[in-house]
Amino acid sequence: MESLLAGCIGFLTACGVFLLLRGRTFPVVVGLTMLAYAVNLFLFSSGRLTLQGAAVLGTTDNYADPLPQALVLTAIVIGFAMTAYLVILAIRARADLGNDHVDGKLPGNENSRKESR
Amino acid sequence: MSHLIIAPILLPIFTALLIMLPPIHYSPMRRRWVSMVSTVILLILTVCLLLQTQAEGVSFYALGAWQPPFGIILVADIFSVSMVCLTSMLALGAICYGSAGEDEKGSFFHPLFQFQLMGINGAFLTGDLFNLFVFFEVLLIASYGLLVHAGGKNKTKAAVHYVVLNLAGSAVFLFSLGILYGTLGTLNIADMAVQVAKLPPENLMLVKSGGLLLLIVFALKAAILPLQFWLPATYSAASPPVAALFAVMTKIGIYALLRVYTTIFGEQAGPLAGMASDWLWPLGLATIMLGAIGVLASQDFRKLVANLVIISVGTLVTLVALQSSAATAAVLFYTIHSTLVCGALFLLADLIGAQRGKAGDRLVPGRRMAQPALLGTMFVVAAVAVAGLPPMSGFVGKLMILQAAGSPLQQVLLWSVVLLSSLMVLIGLSRAGSILFWRVSGNEAGPERVLPLQAFALGWLLLAAPLMVVFAGPLTELSFAAAEQMRDIQSSIAIILGDAATVGEQP
Repeated sequence: MESLLAGCIGFLTACGVFLLLRGRTFPVVVGLTMLAYAVNLFLFSSGRLTLQGAAVLGTTDNYADPLPQALVLTAIVIGFAMTAYLVILAIRARADLGNDHVDGKLPGNENSRKESR
Repeated sequence: MSHLIIAPILLPIFTALLIMLPPIHYSPMRRRWVSMVSTVILLILTVCLLLQTQAEGVSFYALGAWQPPFGIILVADIFSVSMVCLTSMLALGAICYGSAGEDEKGSFFHPLFQFQLMGINGAFLTGDLFNLFVFFEVLLIASYGLLVHAGGKNKTKAAVHYVVLNLAGSAVFLFSLGILYGTLGTLNIADMAVQVAKLPPENLMLVKSGGLLLLIVFALKAAILPLQFWLPATYSAASPPVAALFAVMTKIGIYALLRVYTTIFGEQAGPLAGMASDWLWPLGLATIMLGAIGVLASQDFRKLVANLVIISVGTLVTLVALQSSAATAAVLFYTIHSTLVCGALFLLADLIGAQRGKAGDRLVPGRRMAQPALLGTMFVVAAVAVAGLPPMSGFVGKLMILQAAGSPLQQVLLWSVVLLSSLMVLIGLSRAGSILFWRVSGNEAGPERVLPLQAFALGWLLLAAPLMVVFAGPLTELSFAAAEQMRDIQSSIAIILGDAATVGEQP
């Protein structure tokens, strides 16, 4: 179970970093989302993996650490809000700058802004 | 338990909500007045808190009365409360300037500004590492909104870079928090200091990698050398009051570095003690030099000021790396000085640009200014202060920095880099000043004048430069008291966790 989870986190992180380094805003947004998934899984696993353990003391001998679950919940909410903002900003940038490159101009095409208008 | 500690967080959030309610939201004048009055109250409250902290020492506020290390706590010591005080002083200047007309160029300026204040104050006061992350996100999302205030291509482009970088930074922050929680089992800063001291050897490398991941995050926020490329574009694109408030944002990164590497990975941390210094020392010096080169190379005045921010960041990081009481005291004094003066310079750049017509703040000959005497005086005060020349606050700050260097090698490196960068700043600023004020074409001045509120805002921030020299004695004492208190980890842990917890105790 541990190696499966670690592999998942590693694969998601690798995909996230690869997409984050792309030049267009859409892959960057998707990359950040993948990175956020990896982070959430990672945070969740920081309390150690427990099977069939409730996060409540006293009801069972085999309980899970409740704190990482609270942290993950916070991280999910924040990551979701930030990604939503980034999507809106990317659409705004597409409208303002005339293309969806993160630098606002396409490489090797100096006149791109004029053409796209 | 004193409730005053949480006031600097609650006041801005309730003000922001109040401003968005109908009777106030529909009238620009009411929005401005509520925002300004609330910031004045915030300033008074933080000064009260500072006096209380000075009198009574470290105190903490357990949110929901959940006792540490299980609940989230806010910690007030002299250093953090001084930073909150500094933030409210800067915010008052920035809000007054914004209320002179800049706030009406977009919507929700004042609520976003107050939310950002809440995030900044929270980040300074919190005693919990995950709570620090949450407050970072609060201030960041407010800053994303403020950065695109008034719109425009430049702002959108800068905002895309800024948001993507900071989201990646947040992901790294969470990774490091996960590692640290998984190994230390706590995120309370005081408790982490206790746990690091009795760390089993097999977890050493994990904690070290977690701690150094934190270094990357804070270096990104503070704009230290390989991660500073976003700063000049972002700060020069932001609207002037926002850029002035952003002058304190890099200092939050510095504060977090200082807090984490003094308290958690401080002297008591055994093999992990001072692990960040090896990185921060060369990077800080290189950042200073890069900023100085940037000052000489800048094509417009706002970029020049943004590079001045980078120099101040480099100086502060170098001091953080020194890990001594004198260095920590110099960090506090220099932070207060550089934040207020850089904030004032961002506002001044806008006033100068407005009176120069089409030339704006670019360093090219332009139209005659309408009020060269007023703006010129302000420019000279700010330039002398930021370059560190005798009658103004920069001189005292620089003196404290130079005195903080311990060993001869540190002295040689720090003195030469800091003094060389001062010379380059002086050259850059005199070049900028002579082009802006003396190379004018034509005798016609434009119709723009400095509004009274703008002059007040700028005067308020610039007043710090002479006042910090007049009151240099008490301020230096405050800085040294703050440094002693911050480095006295044992007694603050005893206050927060009770006397039972002691650092360095073997399990």
